[in-house]
Amino acid sequence: MSNGRHLAPRPGFVLDVDRNSPPIVFHHGEGFRLEKLPAGRSRVIYPAEPLEGLTDPDGAIRHALLNPIGDSGPLPTLLRPDMKLTIAFDDISLPLPPMRRPDIRQRIIETVLDIAAEAGVDDVHLIAALALHRRMTEDELRHAVGDRVYDAFAPKGLLYNHDAEDPDGMVVLGETPHGETVQFNKRAAESDLVIYVNINLVAMDGGHKSTATGLTGYTSLRHNHNVHTMLNSTSFMDRENSALHSSNWRMGKVLRDAGVKIFQIETTVNNDTFGREGPLSMLQKREWEWSGRDRASFLAMQQGLKIMPTNLKRKAFSTWLAPYEMTSIQAGEVEAVHEITTANVYRQHLVPVEGQTDILTMGLPYICPYNVNSIMNPILVMCLGLGYFFNLYRGRPLVREGGVVIISHPTPWEFHPVHHPSYIDFFEEVLADTTDPGEIEKKYEKRFAEDEWYIHLYRNSYAYHGVHPFYMWYWGAHALSHVGRVIIVGGDTRAVRRLGFQPASTLADALEMASDVVGPQPTITHLKNPPLLMADVT
Amino acid sequence: MAVRLGFPWRPAPVPPGVEPPEPTRQLEAEYDTAWARRFPARLIRASLLETVMRFVMFVLASPKRKGTDRLNTVDGPAIFVANHHSHADTPLLLTSIPEPWRHRVVVGAAADYFFSTYLNSALAALLINAIPIERTKVGRKSANLAAELLDEGWSVLIFPEGGRSPDGWGQPFRGGAAYLAIRCNVPVVPVHIAGTDRILRKGRFLPSRSNTTVTFGDPLLASDGEHARGFASRLEAAVASLGHEAASDWWQARQHAHAGTSPGLTGPDIGAWRRIWALGDRGKKSRRRKVLWPEL
Repeated sequence: MSNGRHLAPRPGFVLDVDRNSPPIVFHHGEGFRLEKLPAGRSRVIYPAEPLEGLTDPDGAIRHALLNPIGDSGPLPTLLRPDMKLTIAFDDISLPLPPMRRPDIRQRIIETVLDIAAEAGVDDVHLIAALALHRRMTEDELRHAVGDRVYDAFAPKGLLYNHDAEDPDGMVVLGETPHGETVQFNKRAAESDLVIYVNINLVAMDGGHKSTATGLTGYTSLRHNHNVHTMLNSTSFMDRENSALHSSNWRMGKVLRDAGVKIFQIETTVNNDTFGREGPLSMLQKREWEWSGRDRASFLAMQQGLKIMPTNLKRKAFSTWLAPYEMTSIQAGEVEAVHEITTANVYRQHLVPVEGQTDILTMGLPYICPYNVNSIMNPILVMCLGLGYFFNLYRGRPLVREGGVVIISHPTPWEFHPVHHPSYIDFFEEVLADTTDPGEIEKKYEKRFAEDEWYIHLYRNSYAYHGVHPFYMWYWGAHALSHVGRVIIVGGDTRAVRRLGFQPASTLADALEMASDVVGPQPTITHLKNPPLLMADVT
Repeated sequence: MAVRLGFPWRPAPVPPGVEPPEPTRQLEAEYDTAWARRFPARLIRASLLETVMRFVMFVLASPKRKGTDRLNTVDGPAIFVANHHSHADTPLLLTSIPEPWRHRVVVGAAADYFFSTYLNSALAALLINAIPIERTKVGRKSANLAAELLDEGWSVLIFPEGGRSPDGWGQPFRGGAAYLAIRCNVPVVPVHIAGTDRILRKGRFLPSRSNTTVTFGDPLLASDGEHARGFASRLEAAVASLGHEAASDWWQARQHAHAGTSPGLTGPDIGAWRRIWALGDRGKKSRRRKVLWPEL
C-alpha cells in the first residue's frame, strides 16, 4: 500500500521520463489532461506524500499557547480583564482548497477565547485580515471560525472583515528607513494585544506578512506590491531572497516600535489535498501506482466532466474540502515563530532538483488564492502560473533564463462580476494597451486604486479592491522578465493572446512552438503540482 | 358421557393449605432486550428512525443541532447524558446524535415506567432500543448490562435526572452515568436540549409544535481518582453551561463558566411559583382560548 498511513510518507522525487513512463496527469482547470512527455529529455517533479498530522491537535494548540517561542510570555499571562484584545485571522485565500471542518482557525480561536474568558477579558474583536481581498461572506466566516464563535461575536458587530478603505478605521503608525509608510487597522493598533491566527500553506505565508499585509491598506501595500519588489524577489517563496518579505519585516519593526504587541500563532498543514481515499485520491498518487479503481474513477470522472456545463463543474469542484491535517503549531514572538513554521513548510514541500530546464510545463488546477467560490479568470491564470507556480523554487528558477513556460489551463474569457469587477476593466482596457508590468504600473495603477466605485464595491459588496488585478499582474513580473515565451495549452485563444501569450491546442504543438525559442531537443521539466511542492534547485 | 381429562392434561390443583408461588414476571429490570439488538430489529428501528421519527421531529420540533463537531475527538462508544423535559427528548436525540453513533445507541429507560407491561417493553425495546434502568432501587443488573453493551461497542444515552422535569427546571444529576463512565473508562458527551418542554411536557398527552435546540458539548473523561458523585456534578455543570450557550452564545457561556456564574440547570432554590416565574419565556405558554369574535 503506497499511501497507507502505517508507512512513513515518502519524500518527493524527480522522475526521468523514458519510453515506458506512463502519460502524466496535468491539471487543466476544472478538468485534467493526460500528456505523454518526450522520453529521454523530460522529467517530472512529484510532491512528497502527506506528512502525518498531529495526533492531538487541540492538545498541541493549548501546549503552544502555554509554551510560546521567543520573547513572549505564555498567553494567559498576557491577558487581563480590562484589556482590549484583537484576534485577527487569515482570510478565505487560505488554505486551498478550503479545508474540512473543523477549520484550524476555529480550533485555535476557540482555545484562545476560552483562555481569554478564563482571564475575564471582555473587550474582544475578531477581524478577518484580508487586506485588499474581497470580504468574506457569512458562510465563509462560519466555516473559518465555526458557528459558535460566529454566533457569539458577529451579531454584535465584534467579528468582521478588515476594511482598508475605512477612513476612521485605519491609522498611519510611522515609516520604515526605506520611506515606506506603515498603515494599520486602527482597532488592532489600539489593542493591548493582537493575536494573529495563521495557516501556512506555502512558505510565502506568515511572519510579519500576516499583520503588515493582512491588516493594512493601499497606502502601505504599494510599497511592496509593485514591479520593483517582485523583480527582486527570487523567489517570493524564499523569505531570505524576497524583497517582498524584507519590506514586510521592516514594516513589522515599525509596528513593534509603535507599541503594537503581537502574539503570533502559526500552523502548517500537510499536503493531503485530495485525500488518501475518495473520488479524487488518485490525483495525489503516482500514475503507476493507481489501482484499477483509481483508473476507473478517473475515466468516469473524465467522461462526466466532458458532458458537464462549466458552471456545474465549477460548483462541483468548489464543494471539495481538503482533508488537511495540522503538522505543527507554534506561537509567540513573530520572527522566532516564523523560523520554525518555515522549516515545517519546507519539510513537507521541498523536493531537491538538479539543474534548470529549457521548458517548464505546469497544469493549473481550478483554484488559486483569489477565486475561492468564484471564477478563475485569465488574469488569475497568469498569476497562478507565472506568479505562484513559477516562484515555487528555492535557489534558481526551474526554467533557465530565456526558457519557455507551458501552462495547461482552459483560460476562459470569463469573470465573476461581483468578485472581480476591476479585473474586467483591467483585462479590457489595460491589457488591450500593454502587458508590460512596469508600464501598467506607471500608467494605470493609481487611477484604479483610487477609483471611488471600486472602493465602494470593495467596502460594501464582495469585490476585490480596484488595484488587486495589478498586483496579480506584478506577481508574474519576475517570470515575465525571466522567460522567453509563455504558451498556454487548451486555452481560449483570444484570452490567451490578450494576456500576451501564445495559444496552443496540444502539448505537442506547444513543444513545437517552444523549439523556436529554446532550439530543438530541449529539456523539459513538469511541475506536478498540486499537491503542493517546492523545487530546491541546485 | 364426557370424560374429564385430569393431570397431566390439566394443571394439578393446588393442595389446600399450600400458598401457590407468585407467577414469575420477566418485566421491568428483568426484561430481556437482547432481541432488540439483533439485525431484524435493528433494521426495523433504523428504518423507522430515519423516516417516521425524523419526519415527526422535523414537523414537531424543527431541531437546530449545534456542536456535533465536538464529537470529532471521540473514537468508539460514548455515554450521552442530557437534561430531560419531555418524551420528545429521546426521539429528538436519536435523530440528532451523528453517525457513527446514531444507530448504535441504547437508551437507558426507567424500568418501572417503560417496562411495566410486555407490550410497553417490546415497543420501547424495538422503537428506541431501550434497556431497563432501575431508578427506585439500587440494582446491579442494569449497570452490568449497560457496561456489557459499552464493551460491545454500543453507546448509551442516559437522562441522569432520573425523570422528566416537573416544572421546567432541571433536576440534580444522579451518579449512574458517571459511575458507568468511570467503570468502563468511556467519554461522556454532555448534551443540552431546549424547547421540548413546550412540545410534550410532563402531564400532557397531546404534543404541540415548538422550536428546539440540541447542543452537544465537549466529551468529558473522569479524572484519575474522581468519584462518581463529583463527576456527575461536573456533567451537570457542563450541561448547564451548554444550556447557557444555547440561550445566549458560546462566548458568554465560557465567560460565565470560568467565572463560576453559569446559571444552574436546577434553577433557584425558592418557592414553587417563583421558580416558574424565573423560567421567563421558557415557562408554560398561555393557553387562552382563541375567539373569533370579541365577547361584549
